[in-house]
This record gives sequence, structure tokens and C-alpha cells, in this order.
Amino acid sequence: MKEFTYTITDKEGIHARPAGELVKLAKEYTSGISVFKDGKKADAKKVFGLMGLGVKQGMEITVQVEGDDEDAAAAAMETFLKENL
Amino acid sequence: MTGKEVLGMEVSEKKVSGKKFLGKTVYSGSTMGKVMVLRNHQEPIRRTKVEDAEQEIGRVHGALEDAKQQLAELYEKAVKEVGESSAAIFEVHQMMLEDDDYLDAIFQVIRTEMVNAEYAVAVTGDNFAGMFAAMDDEYMQARAADVKDISSRLIRILSGQGGADFAAMEPSIIVADDLSPSETVQMDKKKILAFVTVHGSTNSHTAILARMMNIPALIGVPLNLDEIQTGMTAIVDGAAGEVIFEPTESQCSEAEEKIRMEQEKLRLLQGLKGKKNETKDGRTIHIYANIGSVSDVGYVLENDAGGIGLFRSEFLYLGRDDFPTEEEQFQAYKQVVQTMGQKKVIIRTLDIGADKQADYFELGKEDNPALGYRAIRICLKQPEIFKTQLRALLRAAAYGNLSIMYPMIISVEEVKQIYAIVEEVEQELKRDEIPYRVPEQGVMIETPAAVMISDELAELVDFFSIGTNDLTQYTLAIDRQNQRLEDFYNPHHKAILRMIKMVVENAHKCGKWAGICGELGADTALTEEFVNMGVDELSVAPPMVLKVREKVRAM
Repeated sequence: MKEFTYTITDKEGIHARPAGELVKLAKEYTSGISVFKDGKKADAKKVFGLMGLGVKQGMEITVQVEGDDEDAAAAAMETFLKENL
Repeated sequence: MTGKEVLGMEVSEKKVSGKKFLGKTVYSGSTMGKVMVLRNHQEPIRRTKVEDAEQEIGRVHGALEDAKQQLAELYEKAVKEVGESSAAIFEVHQMMLEDDDYLDAIFQVIRTEMVNAEYAVAVTGDNFAGMFAAMDDEYMQARAADVKDISSRLIRILSGQGGADFAAMEPSIIVADDLSPSETVQMDKKKILAFVTVHGSTNSHTAILARMMNIPALIGVPLNLDEIQTGMTAIVDGAAGEVIFEPTESQCSEAEEKIRMEQEKLRLLQGLKGKKNETKDGRTIHIYANIGSVSDVGYVLENDAGGIGLFRSEFLYLGRDDFPTEEEQFQAYKQVVQTMGQKKVIIRTLDIGADKQADYFELGKEDNPALGYRAIRICLKQPEIFKTQLRALLRAAAYGNLSIMYPMIISVEEVKQIYAIVEEVEQELKRDEIPYRVPEQGVMIETPAAVMISDELAELVDFFSIGTNDLTQYTLAIDRQNQRLEDFYNPHHKAILRMIKMVVENAHKCGKWAGICGELGADTALTEEFVNMGVDELSVAPPMVLKVREKVRAM
């Protein structure tokens, strides 16, 4: 299992559009990907759940990736977050 | 439909024939053509038992494909016509339709209750919308509307209501209760002669898009849509703010003449581009344009206005679910000043309240909104809203010829309070080393109080802009929306003209300038009088710039 944390710098937080893009990316991998915020967990492949975390600027999220392609998936998630959020 | 209703319609059809209906003009111009009525299909969704759950689920899958296809097309169209940021919502809707939780919930309802797909989608949509509405975050609460929107799109497809078929449409006058952005964007511009809506405000999506698309539009027209049929003939006269259904022959020929003359005039006016606003004896006046959104800047340049005399910043606040961020505002203001080059851009700070409402301001209902909690009063009572806008304005001022104008002023103290807040904002920007400039600052003169103390105000501010719409309403004590008062309403009332003269004189005594940005500024019957009074600037709707210039040059 791979795990990393990231602090959101985007002003709007994880709002609808980036959430959608993140889901699109997550679905490219077979690994299970979860996003945690304050103990709440969401599946990174489900846009409503992800938005439902209500992640805002300055908040820290933890991403957990587990599965056959976890290395590639975790790297892709991290790059996406850094570039977009 | 019962026989009685049909009968009622026949009677009422006669009632609307040849009758004039008045509304508010959003975009001027005359046109005549066939009517197309868009009705909101909000029929209750029936719950029916089904034998084969998997067949219903198959229907949902089919509808999903159609919905995604529709949204992809809407997105492409919207990108071209209204830009990528406004179009993004359609892309988000596509992603929502792929959400596994949402789809699983729909399938679950079908399988466990053995019910039809329409019902399952409706129930799921309501549940998800409810979940978002319950979140303690205004942005997320607003996403409830998106969930409802995608759910009703699915239901429309499932129940075979594909929506109005715009592709096969003849060029028409669109008549509707109000239009959603997706409805407006779906239509082929070339096929729309005019918009006529019962609801909507001058800042609604319909209005904004109508202006952007350059189509005559009337809103707030008191129509009973049951009395209007698709296929009727109608005349829309934007200048008079009226629409006539099933016009008489004489009304038709009158309209034809008017449309022909409008086109001829438009052609002649084009020759005035690049010419000065100068009278025969060498006096000049600035003619600027009033706009309400970033995309209107094109019309300002197209009509050769000398600058923007009134940029209503409300568009940034209306038609959305939460306050615009500083960055969002900064980008919008910066884009306008940069597009305008060295030309002056006067941005009026937030003038919300009265007839312009946004739910998230939570202003509440007032008995007398025109005399209520609005404009600068909100800004002074809720300085955090005001400061965000001021920060964006001061930052954008570093990129061009921007001026700030404050609405609804009644006292010298208010101006001093504003200046104190501007000072605070300036200090913050300086501390954070963010580039900014404190630009020219002026006030709107739109209350009789401001007129009477304009000598004192002139010492404090850089300029005056007279907002004649509100000034007239407050001076004559006449509500302009009240049609019963029409006979009492005289826009050329001596009291107003004297007030304008007084304001201009008081400005000049202090070496300041004074302009007019209300509708009166575009009233060519008064142009000569304004020039004689020494009015320095007239700010008018973009299509009026060349008309006023023509008048000045004829003096």
C-alpha cells in the first residue's frame, strides 16, 4: 500500500471540476484509491463522495492507494494534486 | 386538458390579439416573426411497478449515453459562444452522470422496489440533492441544483421528452417563463429573432446571454403563457419595451417600417465611427458606454465609445451561489481595463439589493427595497464583502485606466468611511507587496440628498456620475415599475434638469468633472441641453453611442 499526504493550495478547494478530473484519472488505474480528510473517507473514483469531503484551501488530505498498479497510481495522483490543487 | 380550458384559451387568444404587453428591455432592436413558446415540463413523475428490473436498468444505461452525448454537445457549443469558464458546468454534469454511488443508488431503487426508471432517478436525485443541501458549505449546498439538473435531464430522456427540438426550428421569437442557461445556449443564434420572458431580471442568465448574443430581449413581460401559442405572429419593439401578439395589419406595416428605418439608420451611423463628439462651435463631450459584463466590452469597442462610464460589477455577484473571490474579480476587472487600452473604465462597486437580489447575501424581504438595505449600505455594514471587491479593484487599477465609483451615497460621512476602508486595503496590499494603484474615485449622484450636498461632496471626490434612473424615482416619488403611475411620470421634469445643472456647477467649482450614466444620458432630446449645461460626459448603452454622437455633431 502506498500513502501520502497533501495540503490543498487551490483557493476553491476540491470543487466540482477538479474533483471530476481527479476521478477520471483515478479510474485509469485498477488499484483502490481512497482520500481521507479529518477521518472521513471517500473513494477517489466517485465524484460526489469526493466533493462531499468538502476539502478547502489549507486542508490536509491523505491518499491511500492499494493494488497491482499502486506505484504508478500514487505517483499520478500526487502529480495531479500538485499541478491542479 | 378539459374542454373548458380549451374554450378558455380560445377566448383569451382573442384577448391577446393586437394587445401591447410591456416589459423591460434587456437588449434593444425591433423584429417581427413567428412565436415559439417554451414551456417548463414539470409533470409529476409516476411510480409504476415493473416486472423486469434489469430491463429498467438497461433503459437507464441508454438514457445515460444520450445524456452524456447531449452534455458533450452543449459543452462544445457553450465554449464557442460564452467561453470556457461558463461552459465548464456542462463538463461537470457529465462527470456526475458517471458517479458510481449515484448510479448504484438508482439501480438499487429499481431492484428492491421493482419500479420504473423515471421514479428511481427522481428519488435518487432528490436524496443526493438533499445530501448536498445539508452540508455546512455554501458551495456544496449549491451543488444540489446540479444534481437536480442531471436527474431531470435523465428523466426527460427516459420519458421521451427530448426537450424542444431547436434544430428544426424556424427563426422565431422565443417566449418563455424564464430560460435556463442550458436552454439559451442550446439554441442556434441565427434562429432566434428575440427573447420574451415573463420572469428574469436584467442580470439573469437570459439577459446576459441575450446581450452577448446581440438579440432583442424583453423580460418581466406580464404574459399568461396559456394564452400564447407557438406559431402566432409577434412584433417585438425593444426601444418601446413592448411585444404585440397577432398584430393587426396596420401594426404590422408600422413595425415593418420601423425595422426598415432602424436598419437604414444603423447603416448611416456606422459612418460616424472615429469622428469626434464635437459641436459645430467646437464644444466637446465624452461619450462612454454602460456595460454589465466582461463580454460586453466588444460592443463598447464596436460602437466606438470613448470609454466605459458605468461598469456594473453586479454581474460578478448575481446568478451564482456564493460570493466571487478576489482573484475572480481581479481577473475580470483586469481583462476589461487591458482590453480597453488607455481608455477610461469606471467600475461601480456592488449595487445589490432593491431589484437585484442574490440569495447568498441573505438580505431578506423588505417592505421598501428601493429605500432599503442596498448598495453602499451593504458595503459599509459588511465591510468584508466590500474589502474583497476593493482589493480586486486596486489590484486591477495597476493594469490600466480604472476608476472606482460608489453608488447610493447620501452623506459626506459615508465617503469618509469608504476612504478609511480604501486606506486599510491599500495598507494590506502594500504590506503583502502586491502590485496596486489607488485610482480616481467618484460617487454616483442618485439621491436628492447627494444633489443638495454636492458642493461638499465635490471637495472630497474626483468626479460625479448622475444616476438619473434612481434620482428620478426618488425625486418624483414614483416607482418606475408601477404602470399605474405612467401618466404622472415625466423623465424631463424640471426638478431633475435643475438638479443635474446644480450638480454639474458644484463639480466644476471644485475643478471636478460630472457625467450622467442613467437612461436620461441617452435621451437625444436632451443632449443639446446637457452640452449647454456643461455636462462633461454621457455614459449610454453601447448601441446609443453613435446616436448621441450624431446629435452632438448636429448642434
